[in-house]
Amino acid sequence: MTPRKEPPLTVPTVPTGALDTAPRVYAHEIHATGLTVRVGRDRLAVDGLDLALGTGTHGLLGPNGAGKTTLIRALATVLRPTGGDLELFGHSVRDSARHRELRRRIGYLPQEFGYYKRFTVREFVTYMAWLKEMPARDIPGAVQRAVERVGLADRADSRMKALSGGMVRRVGIAQAIVNDPSVLLLDEPTVGLDPAQRLQFRALLQELGRESCVLVSTHLVEDVAAACTDVVLFDRGRLVFQGTPEALAAAGTADQPGDSPLERGYSALLSGSDHEKGSW
Amino acid sequence: MSVEHPSDRLVAGYARGDTDLPADELWAVEAHMEQCAGCRGRLAGAAADVPAVTALLTAVRDGLEPALDRSTPAPRRRRRPMAWATPVMGPWLAMVIGVSVVAVLLDRTAGWTRGAPPVLLLAPVLPLAGVAAAWSRGLDPAFELTAVTPRAGLSLLLRRTLTVLAVVLPVHLVAGLLTGVALAQWLLPSLALTATALALGSVIGVGRATAALGALWTAAVLAPAAALGRLFLLQPEHLPLWALTLAAAAVVTLARRRAYTTPKSLR
Repeated sequence: MTPRKEPPLTVPTVPTGALDTAPRVYAHEIHATGLTVRVGRDRLAVDGLDLALGTGTHGLLGPNGAGKTTLIRALATVLRPTGGDLELFGHSVRDSARHRELRRRIGYLPQEFGYYKRFTVREFVTYMAWLKEMPARDIPGAVQRAVERVGLADRADSRMKALSGGMVRRVGIAQAIVNDPSVLLLDEPTVGLDPAQRLQFRALLQELGRESCVLVSTHLVEDVAAACTDVVLFDRGRLVFQGTPEALAAAGTADQPGDSPLERGYSALLSGSDHEKGSW
Repeated sequence: MSVEHPSDRLVAGYARGDTDLPADELWAVEAHMEQCAGCRGRLAGAAADVPAVTALLTAVRDGLEPALDRSTPAPRRRRRPMAWATPVMGPWLAMVIGVSVVAVLLDRTAGWTRGAPPVLLLAPVLPLAGVAAAWSRGLDPAFELTAVTPRAGLSLLLRRTLTVLAVVLPVHLVAGLLTGVALAQWLLPSLALTATALALGSVIGVGRATAALGALWTAAVLAPAAALGRLFLLQPEHLPLWALTLAAAAVVTLARRRAYTTPKSLR
């Protein structure tokens, strides 16, 4: 065999999505140091939070009123940090000149998902893609893909007012993922989904968490067990626990209230604070 | 630049997945295949003789086809996204037009309006309703979503405000002609109030700004006019004041253009 010229070992170009070709200059997509967020006059809904979240699916657990929604809204740049610092992709959110750039890489599903009833699913997701400044030629394909990923392809041209609650929630997820965000913030996405849809949604979460930093707030411990690589337990504005679902389960003992190891771990970690069992 | 192509033996070996191909040759063939369409054609020909490959391809196709049949291609976009208005602005704009019509009718039929024509009293303040519908948490259900998109900001707010003015101003123009109210007398306060709402909105939020200005207008102009039948702040000699307000508000709005993306103005 004759010696051959070595062809250049070039990596074929992959269409860019959440996997950006640009080098990453940050260690974590989300990095909060001593973050405080005030809600209303004097209530600190997030109170001195230190948190670093990288690629993966992170479940944000906590009792009602723990400050989960406030934290997610601060991460989505709806709320401004009162104190401490919050960095997204290595840039502080205090720098409002960078907001536009940061927001292109964020997907957000608010707890109260407001929409236009007269829009069809496709029109609404297209409109959100336009607001997210996606290139016009990419929008129809991206919208179709997002709608298919949440299993609404057959209802894409139905008006939003004709959809069930679970379907509306899935439209909310579709609009959040349409721009292939690097940070995806989902506030209670499983509310209104039936058990079969929840299973599909967990599979979607796992898939999304491979490429981007997904933060899902939920009060359903089993969602976290099935879909998350990492659990963030949050109570009264403070971080109580961060670790794998296995570590959360290991924190519980048999005498703690709960029907599963995870629930017992959840109860054990929260019982330190004065949330007493039985008190609503 | 001349490129050497792998021999038929190498291509056939690559297609079979031969383990006796040395690793360096395998990599070289693979890297070449990525670049060379001709050799990929030869590879396809060679692969057709390898049962393992054809079986795999058939299995993949059989698995994909039902899914591909189900998925429909994205249809061509029928219309541009709502770049200039949101659906919630429609009813508010209709309301503004309705009020304008009522003002004209009042002017034509009621005797008490001589001193203070209703069209003049209402025309400046009515665009505020449209602006509020265009950019406020209370009236736009999708505001929480819209407000944190990269396109949110002064340019989107201005687009929507221009839509409001493009609908409202022609209506008021006709109303002014029908009732004999001079153009400058209502147009200047109208633009000044709208611009002030935007400027103030960068500090306290556009929704609150429109509400505050509406209340102010009611207290300073509408109420005295209804009670005393006299015009306040709208006489011709006040026009320079309105022009000054318009200019100042425009300057503030532009100077604070960054503020429209910050959480403070999103209330």
